[in-house]
Amino acid sequence: MTPLSREDMARRAARDIPDGAFVNLGIGMPDQIPDHIPPGREICLHSENGILHMGPRPPEGEEDWEMINAGKKPVTLLPGGSFFDSGLSFAIMRGGHLDISVLGGFQVSARGDLANWSTGANDGVPAVGGAMDLACGARQIWVLMEHVAKDGAPRIVERCTYPLTAKGVVRRIFTNLAVIDVEADGLVVCEIVPDLSMDRLQDLTGAPLRPAPDLRVLTV
Amino acid sequence: MIDRRVATYANAVAGIRSGATVLLGGFGGAGVPLGLVAAIDRADLRDLTVITNNGGSHEPDLSVWLHARRVRKLVCSYPKARIKTNTIFAELYLAGQIELELVPQGTLVERIRCGGAGLGGFYTPVGVGTDLAHGKETKVIGGREYVLELPLRADVALIKARAADRLGNLVYNKAARNFAPVMATAADLVVAEADELVELGDLDPESVVTPGILVDRVVRRGAPQ
Repeated sequence: MTPLSREDMARRAARDIPDGAFVNLGIGMPDQIPDHIPPGREICLHSENGILHMGPRPPEGEEDWEMINAGKKPVTLLPGGSFFDSGLSFAIMRGGHLDISVLGGFQVSARGDLANWSTGANDGVPAVGGAMDLACGARQIWVLMEHVAKDGAPRIVERCTYPLTAKGVVRRIFTNLAVIDVEADGLVVCEIVPDLSMDRLQDLTGAPLRPAPDLRVLTV
Repeated sequence: MIDRRVATYANAVAGIRSGATVLLGGFGGAGVPLGLVAAIDRADLRDLTVITNNGGSHEPDLSVWLHARRVRKLVCSYPKARIKTNTIFAELYLAGQIELELVPQGTLVERIRCGGAGLGGFYTPVGVGTDLAHGKETKVIGGREYVLELPLRADVALIKARAADRLGNLVYNKAARNFAPVMATAADLVVAEADELVELGDLDPESVVTPGILVDRVVRRGAPQ
């Protein structure tokens, strides 16, 4: 079996974002998604610091440091874009005006709890930014993360051991091995990479999985 | 005559005292009033409580105050430096030399908004069931659980604008707007540093973001110290 590359993970998640969606992308792997939106779809990107219809990074030499995204990287504005203050920006999130938010994750539980802001270690500076607000607000929360941690520990777990970002919010998980939906009665595997058995995927997962009736091969 | 303009940075920060609570605008490097940050530094103020989104970077921003040990407490959503070149906040925090109140970013701005709008607080779903709601009052409204968050106000707000007029009307530049319009409502003294001072009538009334009633002083970026 061949796990997806990080780029292919972003490509796979991008495929599920429908035309016309208003989307907020978390910092890290999700910010590669705009490069992979299938042609013909118009997606509006929201940035927590007060931007709608955010465009790609400008060419080198044309950076404007008053035009940055949530990750503090220079971006551009597409025609029809707008600026607004942080209060309205977070009202757009909390108020359910965004269709989808794709976030990075440390752990997701079988009930859709998300841990993505802190490992709980006491040796660093805690920082939450907009993580909790995003996780509460968008109509659908998707998580894009490697299936297991660097030490091999499952990231999809019965209960999160890392500090929670939000409870019961995650709807879909894109990993390098599978696409998994969080249903009311547990985790459902919709797609799985070629030559990986459900049994082996289960071994790499800390919560019970069941295959969707139409389980498909995960390709990009 | 109403004239919010001041000629120097010293005038802009006159009367601000050690021990003050300060709202400081900006998100990352965008919208931080760096000239006012430097003016506070020159005024040698201490024991400040600073409410701001980020914990300083390699720019001459909040990190200047941190290096000079001017800040007693930081109320902040993202105090960690992404770029590892500046760890002054981490140094102080890990040595127990600065207090931190960590607040989710949307809750931070809404608490300031409440403070400026005369409200006593609000119930939010953000943070429910997490460490950041620990010990806070919760309430179930319409079947969903919310946590009570209380307003934030300050003695002074320091913000950056693109342009200002004599009455203190402000417009901003792109993503440098961020917290400034909300912070302008929530302090006893609101000081704006503007890239440009324009004549009365030059700002399109439909485009004014912060009306001058909220602003006490404006100083032109690059004005004498």
